Amino acid sequence: MRVPMLTFLGLMILGVIAEFTLDSFVQLMLIYVLINMILGMSLNLVNGFTGQFSLGHAGFMAVGAYVSAYLSTLFPDLTGGMGLVTFPVLALLGGLAAAFAGYLVGLPSLRLRGDYLAIVTLGFGEIIRVTLLNMPAVGGARGFYGIPGPTDWDLGGFVISKFLIGYAQAMFWVVACFFVIWRVVRSAHGRAFLSVREDEIAAEAMGVDTTKAKVRAFVLSSFFAGIAGSIFAHYANYLNPASFGFNRSIDAVIIVVLGGMGSLTGSLVAAVFVTLMPELLRPLQELVGVDVRMVVYSLCLILLMILRPKGLFGSKEVFELVRKYVRKTS
Amino acid sequence: MSEKLLEARTLTMQFGGLKAVNELDFFVNRGELMGLIGPNGAGKTTVFNMLTGVYQPTTGEVVFEGNPIRGLKPYQIARQGLTRTFQNIRLFRDLSVIENVLVAGSHLARYGLMAPVFETKNFRQLESEQYERARHLLDIFGLEGKKDWSSGTLPYGEQRKLEIVRALATGPKMICLDEPAAGMNHKETHNLMELIAKIRQEFSLTVLLIEHDMKLVMGICERIVVLDHGVKIEQGTPQVVQSSPKVIEAYLGVDEA
Repeated sequence: MRVPMLTFLGLMILGVIAEFTLDSFVQLMLIYVLINMILGMSLNLVNGFTGQFSLGHAGFMAVGAYVSAYLSTLFPDLTGGMGLVTFPVLALLGGLAAAFAGYLVGLPSLRLRGDYLAIVTLGFGEIIRVTLLNMPAVGGARGFYGIPGPTDWDLGGFVISKFLIGYAQAMFWVVACFFVIWRVVRSAHGRAFLSVREDEIAAEAMGVDTTKAKVRAFVLSSFFAGIAGSIFAHYANYLNPASFGFNRSIDAVIIVVLGGMGSLTGSLVAAVFVTLMPELLRPLQELVGVDVRMVVYSLCLILLMILRPKGLFGSKEVFELVRKYVRKTS
Repeated sequence: MSEKLLEARTLTMQFGGLKAVNELDFFVNRGELMGLIGPNGAGKTTVFNMLTGVYQPTTGEVVFEGNPIRGLKPYQIARQGLTRTFQNIRLFRDLSVIENVLVAGSHLARYGLMAPVFETKNFRQLESEQYERARHLLDIFGLEGKKDWSSGTLPYGEQRKLEIVRALATGPKMICLDEPAAGMNHKETHNLMELIAKIRQEFSLTVLLIEHDMKLVMGICERIVVLDHGVKIEQGTPQVVQSSPKVIEAYLGVDEA
């Protein structure tokens, strides 16, 4: 457990630097990058490592977001430093709820292959969105207001900002998600996932319970999607079913495909690209006068897929590519 | 000595109007090396698919070690100790050679989903045992030096060998080899046969072999079952089969003159 902890501490130092150097809008974007990283990595477990095709990731994110948000409104406002304790717990509960939803959806539908699973998960995502839209207890179409979230933490003159607490929470789960998936994939369980992707019939003949492997990957993936939803809910303090539409599922798929199916570090890089690119293109709108942002963004995606058809890193991790490059040049 | 390990009782496989295999009865004794031969399209691979649970036989029963296994999933049958290789190689192409072998033993590694995350002692120990075992198996087939190769990049003959190693890694009592020497030259085939004999000894395996190379089948099999159009037309020792008019007819046709 030393490596994950040191990684987290190292990244927290970057957070402190970001606290003093970046303006609040960029800080908000940074949190969104972290959320998308979790979303991308978790979907990669299903789409990249296990070779199934899920199109309903936003649905699981919504389950995690709404469940943890609803639970947090049941308790009195815990502000400041208390958040450091309560938010991970709430995220965990949201994640578990999403994992349960993943189990319910996965068990019957993972017997289906390829395109069929995509349609089922797509349908599930829409069902969740429409259900939330019609649920007065969580605001329905008006949206869910007043979700407690990170606040500035006053330590007698020394203030730890809302951003830093939110960053710590999001980064904690990014690191957790990364190491959990990284290590599970390199175990017997993960090799079962990979064998399902490679050849389901051969995997079965070698004693791999392919249905169980698929359900496990799907449940673990949904769990982290729920976590991402919980972080989103508490940092924004407001939820709207519209945030969990089809587009968000597509964003998650783009992150996975762009980064490379089966490349965790690829998902990390692609999450940065997918979150920041539309924002970076904003000045272009003023320059041209019309909103050509999404056109240019889409062109960038098309260009990248032509240049790197297997995603930025293919199924390799960035470390492996660096090692290969070093060996080639020396 | 002649204890039946596997028994097929009136196995029939019907695809629509076609009876691919028709009321087939045969058995394999423990420790035996038996051949299953027949002309193209005789239904040999269909038999393998029924034995290993890929197909559900239309009627009939398969008994393995005294237990009926018809209707079990392929992975359950594999875990009971009946495994196979594939005629058209089905390796996990994008995985490394050793990973291919490790997948096959993965049900033997008993640790929870979260054990690798916390790198528990149990996990580390089981994992190193698995690697040790996989390396040993690869070593027998001379593939240890290529353990980190991507399995799809191996030469053809070595891919065939890797399929056998992978099947062995499941810890089988019986292994069904579907044309293991297909596409190999004479020397490679000879080499492979010696290997099969060796692993049979070392792992006290029972082997059921589908093969086209007659010389090979006649050379190493103790008993042979001959299929033609899904029906068993002959069985017995290589000598019996070789001199059977029915078998000659099936392979060479009838002399019209």
